Amino acid sequence: MTATLSITRQILDPAGKLCGTDPELSPEFLKELFVHMLRVRAVDERMLKLQRAGRIGFVGSMFGLEAAMIGSAAALEPQDWLWSGLREGGAALMRGLPLSEYIAQMYGNGSDTAKGRQMCNHQQHVGTHYPSWSSVIGTQIPHGVGAAYASKLRNENAVHAIYFGDGATSSNGFHSGMNFAGVWNAPAVFMCVDNGWAISVPSGHQTAGTYVSRGDAYGMEAHEVDGNDVLATFEAARLLVERARTENKPALLVIKTYRMAGHSSSDDPTRYRDQAEVDRWAAQDPLDRFETYLSSAGLLEQGGRERIYSELIAEIDDESNRQERAPKMPLRSLVDDVYADVPLHLRRQYNRFLEVSKRLGDAQPGDGAFPL
Amino acid sequence: MVTLTLLQALTDGMKTAMRKDESVLVFGEDVGKRGGVFLTTEGLQEEFSKQRCFDTPLSEDGIVGAAIGMAMNGMRPVAEIQFQDFIFPAFDQIVSEAAKLRYRSGGQYTCPLVIRTPYGGGIRGGLYHSQSGEAYFCHTPGLKVVIPSTPHDAKGLLIAAIEDPDPVLFLEPKALYRSVKGEVPEEHYTVDLSTLREVQSGSDVTVFCYGAMVPIVTKAANRAEENGIKTCVVDLRTLLPLDEEGVLEFAKKTGRVVVVHEAPRFCGFGAEISALIAENAIEYMEAPIARVTGFDTPFPNTLEHHYMPDDRRVLDAIEHVFNY
Ligand SMILES: Cc1ncc(C[n+]2csc(CCOP(=O)(O)OP(=O)(O)O)c2C)c(N)n1
Ligand SMILES: [Mg+2]
Repeated sequence: MTATLSITRQILDPAGKLCGTDPELSPEFLKELFVHMLRVRAVDERMLKLQRAGRIGFVGSMFGLEAAMIGSAAALEPQDWLWSGLREGGAALMRGLPLSEYIAQMYGNGSDTAKGRQMCNHQQHVGTHYPSWSSVIGTQIPHGVGAAYASKLRNENAVHAIYFGDGATSSNGFHSGMNFAGVWNAPAVFMCVDNGWAISVPSGHQTAGTYVSRGDAYGMEAHEVDGNDVLATFEAARLLVERARTENKPALLVIKTYRMAGHSSSDDPTRYRDQAEVDRWAAQDPLDRFETYLSSAGLLEQGGRERIYSELIAEIDDESNRQERAPKMPLRSLVDDVYADVPLHLRRQYNRFLEVSKRLGDAQPGDGAFPL
Repeated sequence: MVTLTLLQALTDGMKTAMRKDESVLVFGEDVGKRGGVFLTTEGLQEEFSKQRCFDTPLSEDGIVGAAIGMAMNGMRPVAEIQFQDFIFPAFDQIVSEAAKLRYRSGGQYTCPLVIRTPYGGGIRGGLYHSQSGEAYFCHTPGLKVVIPSTPHDAKGLLIAAIEDPDPVLFLEPKALYRSVKGEVPEEHYTVDLSTLREVQSGSDVTVFCYGAMVPIVTKAANRAEENGIKTCVVDLRTLLPLDEEGVLEFAKKTGRVVVVHEAPRFCGFGAEISALIAENAIEYMEAPIARVTGFDTPFPNTLEHHYMPDDRRVLDAIEHVFNY
């Protein structure tokens, strides 16, 4: 299939100069995009700090991916769904996941909507269609396709943006998801965030072909965009999302960017990649690039970035302090939500556990036994 | 002899097998340059080249499927699945293909391969970096399922698994990777795949366990001894095929049995041990068999220390069967 939409790879060059057609976005919108991107960086910095201090267990960094996730997700409408691959927490914040819930999840405390059951970074938010996701790579891809098909049947006018990494393109879920979406004409946009690495495996080693050619293979339009260019990413996503909405046509967008940090707080990337490569990408930093553009367009005052950033940091620190003090999950949460009701065998199991826990002094008030 | 961690013993086991047999290949996600996310394959690519230790694309189904084909054509693949939680994309290849190839071909085709994978909780990994899925695989005739708990066994069992003519799922207790150290022979040796190991003797209560539960049970047994309950600890080491004679012998010795695993209870491996004893040695039993296990729930995150059996819960069960 040949691409029919005209999508440019780059609108801002690495130096932040306009090199493509100006999408003529409103100054307010441009400034908002910048704040959302800065928030991603600020959250990242603060969560890593909490992790190093031993306050939270783990962080999967979003550093370097700010334009990729914010640019693409900004193209979504409130009724659209965002299916996370693993690093889209910042996009979820932009779309309305409260910062308090984001941080509560990092602590896995009593305010976490997922009741402390998932490891860090696995946020969810029902209200903005950001579903709970599993760590198992690629599984969300067919889910997004099925949900998109349901949206079509229910005339919801909703598009499903399905995010995944370069590594995930090797998973079964990617291939069955792309195939089904093509066959069903599901209103889904596949957001392939090619950030250069799948832990220590370079993205060029996942396939002997190209990511963008996968669109052709499954009968859908596909484009590649500079994922460190927020304007190009937004424009490309906007066109594909609107096409999916109006014509029920799935599409693939390969968002080329770079994972600046290790795979996670447990990873040491110096074991497998050269600093020179990291430096090359640092020179194309998505925030620096956009900042230059905004400044030259007169939309950002001198010191504006620093001012916004410190406001964001203060807000995050404030919230972290609050979440740090939130109550823990009660023991009883061990056995709920396995089924709609706690079945008898689990009630018994819990009660027996509680007897021992009481003897051992682990049980708290509120951990009460179930009536059998 | 050298003193190694369990993880180092596994690395040493792979190196020893690779030096001895050119057809041994090690592959999986991140096992090459990075040396695995836990560093179990560190140094293998340097020593044996990219031909024999290499990264694959991110597909467990592909990893195991290709391993089967390699094994059918003369190689001895050692495939790593990064976490046992991620083995399920390969479940079909393991259960429908690897486990049944010998049977369905009347013994004309076989696939001697090893799937190594870290399992178990205690690292705050939440429900997808903590599971103990041994029961799924023990329910699969044609597979062997092995779980070491000491550096000595880790190396000896791994080499035995690599040299075994049948597919072996080799589950590595990640919680013990660096926390246990022990003496390991430097040379090639094997530990028989179907024999349990008496960790310590005792005449009052027998506790069966494996993998990461072994040190926890041993701690509980020592505390029980302080209270005058002589507790025998048995490390099963190979779950399939199980050393049934050994289990019955140790069960009969004390007539009081506890089984411990961190996997969920229902249809867990403890059920098999209990049934084996009930069928063959019930007349020796002085107390009901007790199980200390994970809950029949997915693996939690922040409450994982309550989910996983600890020495206190094990001790409680030991005292319960002793006082019955
Ligand atoms: C099925 C499965 N296999 C392996 C893993 C371990 N793992 C977690 S993330 C990851 C790499 C993912 O790479 P990519 O899809 O490019 O996403 P990125 O981390 O770069 O955002 C791997 C191998 C997993 N989570 N799930
Ligand atoms: Mg990647």
